[in-house]
Parts: sequence; structure tokens; C-alpha cells
Amino acid sequence: MPNMTGSQIFVQSLINEGVDQVFGYAGATICSLMDEMKLASDRINYTLVRQEQNAGHMASGYARITGKTGVCMVTSGPGATNLITGIATAYLDSIPMVAVTGQVPTYLLGRDIFQEVDIIGAVTPFIKHTYLVRDAAMIPQIVKEAFYIASTGRPGPVLIDFPQNIQAQEVKDPVFPESVHIRGYNPSIKGNTKQLSHVVRAISEAKRPVICAGGGVFLAHAEEELKEFAHRMQIPVVTTMMGLSLLDTDDPLNMGMIGKFGNRSANKAMVKADLMIMIGMRVADRAIMEPAEVKKRLTTIHIDVDSAEIGKNMEANIPLVGNAKLILEQLMEKCEPYDTSEWREFLKDYRETELTRDFPEHPGVSPQRFMRALGRQLKEGAVVCADVGQNQIWACQHLFMHGIRFMTSGGLGTMGYSIPAAIGAKIADPGRQSVVINGDGSFQMSMNELAAIRAGQLDVKIVIIRNHVLGLVHQSQVLPPYHGSYGVELDGDPDLHVLISAYGIKSMALHDESDMEDKIREFLNTDGAAVLIVDVDAMCATTE
Amino acid sequence: MKQTISVLVENRAGALNKITGLFSKRAFNIDSLAVGVTDDPTLSRITIIVDSGNSVVEQVEKQLNKLVDVVKVRTLSEHSMIGRELMLIKVSATTTTRPDIMTICNVCGAKVLDITPSTVTIEIVNTPDLIRSFEEMMRPYGIMETARTGMVALQRGANKI
Repeated sequence: MPNMTGSQIFVQSLINEGVDQVFGYAGATICSLMDEMKLASDRINYTLVRQEQNAGHMASGYARITGKTGVCMVTSGPGATNLITGIATAYLDSIPMVAVTGQVPTYLLGRDIFQEVDIIGAVTPFIKHTYLVRDAAMIPQIVKEAFYIASTGRPGPVLIDFPQNIQAQEVKDPVFPESVHIRGYNPSIKGNTKQLSHVVRAISEAKRPVICAGGGVFLAHAEEELKEFAHRMQIPVVTTMMGLSLLDTDDPLNMGMIGKFGNRSANKAMVKADLMIMIGMRVADRAIMEPAEVKKRLTTIHIDVDSAEIGKNMEANIPLVGNAKLILEQLMEKCEPYDTSEWREFLKDYRETELTRDFPEHPGVSPQRFMRALGRQLKEGAVVCADVGQNQIWACQHLFMHGIRFMTSGGLGTMGYSIPAAIGAKIADPGRQSVVINGDGSFQMSMNELAAIRAGQLDVKIVIIRNHVLGLVHQSQVLPPYHGSYGVELDGDPDLHVLISAYGIKSMALHDESDMEDKIREFLNTDGAAVLIVDVDAMCATTE
Repeated sequence: MKQTISVLVENRAGALNKITGLFSKRAFNIDSLAVGVTDDPTLSRITIIVDSGNSVVEQVEKQLNKLVDVVKVRTLSEHSMIGRELMLIKVSATTTTRPDIMTICNVCGAKVLDITPSTVTIEIVNTPDLIRSFEEMMRPYGIMETARTGMVALQRGANKI
């Protein structure tokens, strides 16, 4: 084999890992790497973002749809610091991602030269692992380890900081390892048999069991197993925000989303249950508002691949560490189905009330009724990315989900996530309908990526819930103890129709509900990308 | 309650930073921290003393275990380990007080390392508690400055982590 440069070795290593898509932004310290990306462009597709943070979000959307590790690549200094929010967002949602940052030459490190920043120091608190490449001969090993760490156990982002001179360094006969062994990293997979038997017994003794499923079920690719287990056992299911769309809205076992912004039916199920089987969730404050109260009232089983999550926010009666898919398979072998009809009958009314209740009238469109109507018209397999704020809460509570995949930034709550994530999802699987739900605040945080939609001729449908305020903050500001709305009015907004049409994208308006169904149909049936701007009253709150 | 956590980590740049960063991120308080390479040059041992309840220490242990650079973690109970710390202490000494200081040093097994007409500098190796007692004994003479290493510890008997 001839000599290879660090950049050549790096790109070859990406190809060896099966990478076929990279999201990035070029810059001075990755010129050599970008040149190799150009030469490999028949193997790896490259998407240019308009701000580095969105490279992280696109890689996240791509990873969530393909189940593969998303890859983003940016330059040093400001490129790297812009990516930080993308990394933190992926970390909080446990998304497998490899982030590559250019870095100044190793012999100049620490001298604060042009576009130098200690990105490893900056991201260490919210990343799974980091590498600084000091020798090009180590690249195959580092890349192999990075993908292994990002995608196994509890997935998460890994950063490779890649100095300019190492990209140019020549290596004679580089060795590409087939596998890696990392002595400090051995993620648990299978559930401990003794703990498992405790789980089986607790389930068999429960009268009013409820499954609480989180994003970990998706990450373990255990969607089918969860559905099968719940149905075979006839155990009602509630989900966290990250677990939404695991079960269809019209699945009789689905009680909805729990928590502060959850469905009344789901919270009711949690309050009345005598056993909660938590799978792939981390008992965060928005989902479980009072862990001490839950602990006091019911028996809890906590199943998670990350042992540190068990007991972090709430002591579980029965902890079980392992991969959700394998554990659900193990449970299906051991658990005997039993009669839960009385319990399900009790919950049925709450669910029906929640799904059919009406909402106070406001001028414009009711966002709750809009979500129900939008969901009914989505295609099987659609990917829906909700942003952060009222638009997200309304979508979580009321979007009718049937055969779709729902995604949002549940952990970090990063505004501007939805458009780039939906782009990543569309590129991952162009055959699936890709729909964004955001607000007029969040839209303006990533509307620059309309350019990526245009450049890639991507069929992404964007809903903007427009109420001219940062709604979720506004709705709490207008209540005591605060003194009213402040700093949340979106003055200075552009004419969104003009702005969107400047990108050659069709925009439509929905002012009231008289022609809501037709407008939604027309919007979803548009050829290529389209935006639907939905007028909602600023006083309309998620608590209604 | 003070508890001692012994951690074996990869001996490479940045590993220590990841561990101390974890303590600040999770708001765990460190009483003392000592780090040095082991007989295996690829591994360093970090000995950390935390003053927290059992559930916090369990969480610290789990979070440490999650770090890829951490190879092994073990919480050592007080009676199952041998722990030692080193302190250097510079004390004011005159011809009148010097003999008393030397007597205390002899009793406590401390060594005088340096001497001037107005000071003595002493080395003491012992448990953190006894070092504190020694420091109190020196206080009346006038402590000018001290430097402590933080405790290092190994398990008693034939066990290793």
C-alpha cells in the first residue's frame, strides 16, 4: 500500500464504518480533509449547512431515522463552538453521533492562534468521549473506537479533534483494525437473570400495571418488542416525550404522554397504577415531577442500559440494567399473560375524554384541533419533527399519531432543532414524508436552512404555528407571580411568505378552521417543499 | 461521612480533566484528590476522598464508571484500606522553641527536612486525621505555610481493585 495522508486515512476509515452521509461546514483547518471528501463524493454524500449547530441537528435526525451513527464535520474555532449546542442536544437525547472538528497544527496548540479553541475542554461535560488526534497512524483505531463508543451501550456523541498538520502527515502502510477492545468500556447488554426474575414476579403480582416507555426504546431498536410485550400482556402504556409514537394514538393500550406537559389520561394512569415498568427513560423532572411521591405510592421497575440512570433521580424498587430489546425478549419468554381488563376498563374513559375533549375558543385556529387534523392526514411512515415551545407541547399532546415517527429535542429543549433534524431525516430516507412543526420563534432560529432544503431539492413540509410571541414563556409571564409579558413579542418579523418565496418554496396560510382539512391536504400534497403558516392567538395556552 | 474512592484510569492527556470535570458538573464535593502513575505505566491511580452520603457515593461511582478512560472504580471502606498522606510544614522556631518542636516531631514520627535560625521545615506521613492533629500541635509555634498531597490508599490484605 502506498503512503497515505491523515486525511486519506480518515476518509477511508469513515467509508470502512459504512458512512454514506456527512453534514458540515468547510473552513481553513479542514481544507485537506474536505479535499479528500471531494474525491470520495461518489461514496459519501456531503450536505452543506448554513450554521454549524445545524450540522449536529441534521446528523441527529439522520441517526434517529437510520439507526446509524450521524456524522458532522466542521472547522476549528468558531465552527467548533457553533457546533457545541448540536453536541449537547445529541448528548441529552443519547443520539449516536461522531463530530469531527478541524484544529490548528499540534505544534501551535495552546498559543491562542487564529481560530484556535480548546473544543475538547469545552464539550467534555456533555459528550460521551473525545479524541485529539496526535499521530495519523492512530486514525484508523480512533475512528473505529469513536463509532463503537457512539453507537453502543447508551449511545451518544463522540468528538474527534483533528489538527491540520496531522491531516497532512503521511503514514506508510496504515493498519485498519477490524475490531476494537477498550478496557474501560464494556456496556452491559443482557439483563441479570436474578433481577429479571424479580421483575417477572412483580409484574405477575400487579393489579394495575403500567409501562412507561422512553426514548431508550427507539435507541435499542425495540419498538416492535415493546408493542408486542404490551399487547401480549395487555398492559397500558404511557410514554415520555422521547417515547412518543412508540404506540399509535388510537392503540387502546396507549394512555399518552406523562408529565408536566403531558396528557391527563397518562398522568391519571400513573397516579392510579400499583406498578410502573419504566423502560429506557431517565426520570427527568418534566416527565416525573415528584419522584418521591411516585416512589411512595407504587412499586417501580426501572430498566435502562445506563446503570447510572437507575437511582439518579428516583430509587427504583427493582433495577434492571440492560438493552431494552433483549430485556423485552427475555420478559416475553418468562411473563404469563393475565387479566387486566378491569384496569383497562377503568382507564378507557379517561383516554376517550382526553382524545375527544374540546378546547376554549380563541380567534384564529385552535392549535389543538389543528394537531388532531394534521395527524389524520399524515402518511404511514411519516417523520414528524416538533421544535421546542408551545408548538411542541401541542404536538405532543394532540397530534394524532398513526404509523409515524415523532422526534423532538426532548432533553436539552433546543429551539431551532426541528428544521435541520427533518432535513437529516429526509436525507436518511427520502421515501418517507418529512414534516416539521415549529413556531414563529423557533422557525427564525433555523430558517437559514431553507437554503439546504432548496439546494438538496428536499421535500420537507414545514408548519409554522404563528402567534407572534415566544409562547411558552409568554403564557407563564401573564400569570402570577410575574408582571406580564416582556421580551417575548416577536416585533420586526419579516413577511414570512415573501421570505419563504425568496427560497423558491411555496407558502400557504391558514387563518381559521373553516377550510382547515382542505388546506392541510393541499399543503401535504404540494410537490416538493412547502410551508403552512397557521394563525394562532397569543393567549391560547398549552394548559387548556 | 468521608469515603475513599480509588480509580484506575488510562494514563493519558485529558483523563484527569474528565474526572475532575465530572465532579464539578454533578456538584460532588472533593475533599482531597491524589494522582500518580501505577506500576503499569499505562495506568494512573486517582484516590479521591468525598464527604457525602452513600447514595451520592454510589452515583459518583456509577458516573466514574461511565467514563471511557476509567478502567476500574472501587469505594474503599475505612477498615479495609491503608491510607497515607504527606504534609510539608514550615514552622517558626527560635532557639527556645526548637527543642520542643523536635520532641513533638519525634513523638509523631515526623522528620525535619530543613532548618534555619528562625524556621524548621518538617515532613510528616500519616493518615489525614493524624496529620491534622500534628498541624494543631504546631499551630502555637507559628505555621508559616503547609503543602499536603491528598491521601493515597490501597486495600488491606491480598486484595487489589
